[in-house]
This record gives sequence, structure tokens and C-alpha cells, in this order.
Amino acid sequence: MLVRYRGGEGMLAWAFHRISGVAIWLFVVLHVIDIFLVGAAPGVYDSLLGFYATPPGILMEWLLGAAVLYHALNGLRIIIMDFWPRMTRFHRQLWYANWVVFVLVGVPVSIVIGGQFVRSLQRFFG
Amino acid sequence: MSSVYSRSGRIKPQGSRSELAIWYLMRLSGLGLFVLVLSHYLILHVLYDPAEQDAQWIAQFRWSSTFWRAFDWLMLILVLFHAFMGMRVVIGDMTADRLRSLLLSGLYLLAGLLFVLGTFVVVTLPNVVPAG
Repeated sequence: MLVRYRGGEGMLAWAFHRISGVAIWLFVVLHVIDIFLVGAAPGVYDSLLGFYATPPGILMEWLLGAAVLYHALNGLRIIIMDFWPRMTRFHRQLWYANWVVFVLVGVPVSIVIGGQFVRSLQRFFG
Repeated sequence: MSSVYSRSGRIKPQGSRSELAIWYLMRLSGLGLFVLVLSHYLILHVLYDPAEQDAQWIAQFRWSSTFWRAFDWLMLILVLFHAFMGMRVVIGDMTADRLRSLLLSGLYLLAGLLFVLGTFVVVTLPNVVPAG
């Protein structure tokens, strides 16, 4: 789809918004169920958290954060264009501004989660 | 040449009052989630290491105040509305006829179930859980 249509930034922004949205929806389904288990079956919840704290779990945590951050920033961009239609003319610039904020927020967060990843490797091999 | 006019979001629906209401609520819940979800992720995945959290930590510490229980319940309501109404648009775009109505029924059923499960735990979880 992404290769076929060559729709430019607007279509990429749409496709990323949809892909990140469906991914976050999947995690929300899992996350409400796992939090329910805190009360219903705390032992099961703790073993699931044990998986979240493994290297693949932390990689997924990092990807989830990226999906949420992209979806949040592009969602603001959509709201700006919906309620201030003249800004639609600058939809590309707004999308680039999204990526600037994405990197500015993403780099320090990635450093912290990178630390969690290193500790998870130490737990795994230590 | 690319067009000047481009949309990432759904075009504002005309005609149906309920569709228009959903369109506005999608944007309103999105703004709420911008604050709630990003601060949730910042607190529980950046400021605190998830590896140091468990069921007891949530019961004794995270949910020890009504404020954070109310915060999480509001986030539950907004995220269920936003995520499930978003999936409704995805299903509407990708399917038709009987498959669409089947998937939509399942979608609304799942949303209702998650609302019950999430509300139940955030209201009833005691501040100390027995070791399990």
C-alpha cells in the first residue's frame, strides 16, 4: 500500500496514524485485561509483568511508546487542520514539526528505556 | 503535482447528528488522551521502571489515592471510546455487509466487557492484596 500509491506526506501521515492506532488498540485490550488480573489473579499479573520486563518485552514497550507519541502528535495535527482549515495548506510542514517534536521527546525517553533494556539483559544473563 | 488539500483525519460528517457527535467526541477524547496517556506513559514507563512494579505495588502504592484511581478510570473511558470508535472506522473502511455487522457487534461487545472489567478492578481493588 505504501509503495503503490506514492501519495506523499499526507498519505504516509494517514497510514502511520492508522497502523499506530490499531496497534495501540490491541495493546489497550491486553492492558485492561492485565490490570483486571491485578485484582482477580495477582500471581498471573506478576508473571505477565515478568514478561514485560524481558528484553523483547521492553522492545515492545519502546515501540508502544513510539506509536503512542506519533499518534498523539499527528492527532493534534489533524485537530489543528479540522478546526483551522487554512492550516491544511501547511499539512506537510505540520507533519515535519511532528517529527521534530517526536525526536526531541523520543531521544531522552529512549535513553531511559535503553537503560531498562540493559538491566533486562543483565537479569537475563546474570 | 500534489494537491494543496490533504486530510489525515476523517472528513467531518454531514447530515447525521450522531455521526457528527462522534466526530467531535473523537477529537475531544483525543485531546484528553494526549494529556492522560502521555503522562501515564511518562510516569509508569520512564520515571518508574516497570521491572520494579507488581500487583502489590499497584494496590499499595499506585492506587493508594482516589485521585489516581479516578485518573485511570477517566483514561479508561476515554481510551475505550477513542480506540473502539477508531476501530469502527477501520472496520467500516475494510469490510462490508454481513462481515461488517458481525465485526462491529463483536467490537461493541468487547468494549462493554473491557469497561466492566476495568471499572470493577479500579473500584474494588483493596489497598492490600493477599500474596498470590
